[in-house]
Amino acid sequence: MKAAVVVFPGSNREHDVAAALERASGQAPKLVWHGEASLDDDYDLIVLPGGFSYGDYLRCGAMAAHSPITREIIHKANNGTPVLGICNGFQILTETGLLPGALMRNASLKFASRYVRMRVEAANTMFTSRYKPGQELVVPVAHGDGNYFADDATLDELEGEGRVAFRYVANDNPNGASRDIAGIFNAKRNVLGLMPHPENATDPLLGSTDGKPLFDSLVSALS
Amino acid sequence: MTPATLEQALDHGLSADEWKSILRILNRAPNFTELGIFSVMWSEHCSYKSSRVHLRTLPTKAPWVIQGPGENAGVIDIGDGQAVIFKMESHNHPSFIEPYQGAATGVGGIMRDVFTMGARPIAMLNALRFGEPHHPKTQHLVSGVVAGIGGYGNCMGVPTVAGEVNFHRAYNGNILVNAMCVGLARTDKIFLSAAKGAGNPVVYVGSKTGRDGIHGATMASAEFDDASEEKRPTVQVGDPFTEKLLLEACLELMATDAIIGIQDMGAAGLTSSSCEMADKGGSGIELDLDRVPCRETGMTAYEMMLSESQERMLMVLKPGREAEAEKIFRKWELDFAIIGVTTDTRRLVLTYKGSVVADLPVSALADDAPLYERPWQEPKRAAPLGPVPAPKDIGEALVTLIGSPDLCSRRWIYEQYDTTIMGNTVQRPGGDAAVVRIEGTTKGLALKTDVTPRYVEADPYMGAMQAVAETWRNITAVGATPLAITDNLNFGNPQRPEVMGQFVLAVRGIGDACRALDFPVVSGNVSLYNETNGQAILPTPAIGGVGLIADVSRQATLAFKAAGETILVLGETKGHLGQSLYLRELLDREEGPPPPVDLKVERRNGEFVRSLIAAGRATAVHDISDGGLLIAVAEMAMASGIGAELRLPANATPHAFLFGEDQARYIVTVRSAEADAIMAAAARESVPVLRLGMTGGSAISVANKQTPLSRLRDAYEGWLPKLMSAA
Repeated sequence: MKAAVVVFPGSNREHDVAAALERASGQAPKLVWHGEASLDDDYDLIVLPGGFSYGDYLRCGAMAAHSPITREIIHKANNGTPVLGICNGFQILTETGLLPGALMRNASLKFASRYVRMRVEAANTMFTSRYKPGQELVVPVAHGDGNYFADDATLDELEGEGRVAFRYVANDNPNGASRDIAGIFNAKRNVLGLMPHPENATDPLLGSTDGKPLFDSLVSALS
Repeated sequence: MTPATLEQALDHGLSADEWKSILRILNRAPNFTELGIFSVMWSEHCSYKSSRVHLRTLPTKAPWVIQGPGENAGVIDIGDGQAVIFKMESHNHPSFIEPYQGAATGVGGIMRDVFTMGARPIAMLNALRFGEPHHPKTQHLVSGVVAGIGGYGNCMGVPTVAGEVNFHRAYNGNILVNAMCVGLARTDKIFLSAAKGAGNPVVYVGSKTGRDGIHGATMASAEFDDASEEKRPTVQVGDPFTEKLLLEACLELMATDAIIGIQDMGAAGLTSSSCEMADKGGSGIELDLDRVPCRETGMTAYEMMLSESQERMLMVLKPGREAEAEKIFRKWELDFAIIGVTTDTRRLVLTYKGSVVADLPVSALADDAPLYERPWQEPKRAAPLGPVPAPKDIGEALVTLIGSPDLCSRRWIYEQYDTTIMGNTVQRPGGDAAVVRIEGTTKGLALKTDVTPRYVEADPYMGAMQAVAETWRNITAVGATPLAITDNLNFGNPQRPEVMGQFVLAVRGIGDACRALDFPVVSGNVSLYNETNGQAILPTPAIGGVGLIADVSRQATLAFKAAGETILVLGETKGHLGQSLYLRELLDREEGPPPPVDLKVERRNGEFVRSLIAAGRATAVHDISDGGLLIAVAEMAMASGIGAELRLPANATPHAFLFGEDQARYIVTVRSAEADAIMAAAARESVPVLRLGMTGGSAISVANKQTPLSRLRDAYEGWLPKLMSAA
């Protein structure tokens, strides 16, 4: 599996996700600086990592969504290239319109860094095939703006089409997200955005390994 | 240039004697810009003029110390060509005036100190002190400081892994915000600040210079009064995004060999960085201020030299390497300007708009800054402790204590800090010490800050020894070998002999403890004048310690692991209640001497515990400190959900035994089949050991009294969120 992790100024979890991808696939992904002219055509996976792109001084992800390299990512995503956006990456994906809705300030108005429980809502995708439907995972979150919002029609559509990927377990929603949504797919299911950090739950020494099957799923689908 | 006057010097915080020294050194009156430069370089904050004499007595050497105090941070060797670079620094005054930005820029400043030496920051810690919980400012200050620390550290992508917090009325007018940064470097890639050689380009990188933070160092060197809030414009504004770019750009340039010397612009900005670099390099520096990247138009030389705008660095490059360096900083969209050159004149010469605006001997600003042996007196010794009544009910006393300000859960705070980023945090906040793996190895660092200010107030010498001993003990309790410390000495006005006495004795206590424990001081920071309207803080010498575990999978944690294990107390329990939290929280008394520290015993007991952990024989370990033995057991139980049944020794006074704060003690659980053998081994090493009870159930059971864990947890987890949600 040949993966690209796109690094914007202010990205800061690129090494974490690169390590998780390498652990799963045995192959180090390429860290691609946003200023590089273009993305090669033969990437099997594009990852937008966590962080504070451009300081998130405008809405989170809003600046990165207009970066030249992002135009190319949108184009490739629309042509079927798998794209994974984690945390700030999810925020960028909603700002580009590849995923619907928006990520608002946490309902607590505070940064939330802790382990949460979330449930696998769709186990039949290239991102989640190694999970069992309904499986409960323990993964860390670390964000100030993870409060997923969309209007009811959009939420109904996401749920109706089985495009909710992960949902926080009741009473463990760290940010007030609508309908406890932690992650969603696009209509073609080649784009996944989620707030929690599966890449930080792949090493037994650090506690949970519940994030590892996500990367294993990608390896088995894309290698 | 119009000569400055004595009145202007006094306004700048210089004394009349210091003004006379300046006239003598220059053989003329300084101009206004030069006066500004003197005032910041000779401020307490930059010159350490009251503390240097005493700091020189601290032990700073060990075979594993690569760089002791005097550089941006201390450096120790952890084997395999790897070095750990760390330091703790205060941002007390600005954080009281503007808590978010004060704390944020404190974090940014200490990170720059560490990456300026070539290290990538891998962990942050903080030691915080606030006023009384219900003081009208406390809630605002806690919320602003915590958000500021998180806001900066989270954006930088460095985990905040440990810390400590106290509340006491002595901090009502002066909170303490001490931040510690720990970084990792190669031993052959450590960068120092000396600007060696003549004719080398002096380069400015990072953010532009604005009018923010002018006179920050001077503010940090004065007491507060009721008008201190008017000083808000002297607080700098942080931009962690730019610092993240600066970090990456600096590390990228440091991978080459283009840099001769590098120094961050912290307190006193361009002035102190250029003076210190020239002083250490034995050189001079000429700066052309027309080339300094400015955020605002019309800035004067004085403003540029005194600005404390954040996220800036000064470097001296090898000649001919400018283009290579510039390319890297442009890639990261940062300012890059060649603003001067090194000389062999030993003078700092500034030109602006075609004329010389300052011309000063470097040595007068740095090494020859005033040095004071301030008069000091022995502080009054605390009177012996009178009788201490027993509580009506041990279980109720436990619930009260576990839900008290200094013992309750810090979850509300640390859940605002990113603790998992970088994927190496093996032990997160809540344990005795944080454990952070060194990526790509089995090694781990154990990190912790400690001090118990009420002990230091009651006996500065003993209290400071205790701070070092507790840091050492916490690092030991996770299985690591303690290697070195950084200290952050927070005190009141050194011109008062009783405050100076606290300082002098505390430094002695730190020195003696560090010598006895082979735990040298490699970096530090002094923050004086922490007082408002003549009311000083509790003396607070915060100690930040670093230890090493060879195999991080062999670490110990404090949570009980299984029911039916034997609970041992290692170390002797005499039931010392002087200055205990039992006394303060239940009886409203702050009395008596602090618990005595015996460093030989501390070391003997700690080494035994570490050997148990290394051999895999200790299933859970927790040091006994604030609140005493029963609090330690309760914390181990709450962390696991497994209760404990304890038996008191026949001759013990229950409340003294359970809540006394005797030192050099640990709670250790062991598999019950091994208990006898381990007790025998302890006895062979002359380590006092006591069988305290067994793990199991869902309550703490002692003296025929059961306290359910759920009740303890409600009290423990409830206090801080309740304080912070109060309208």
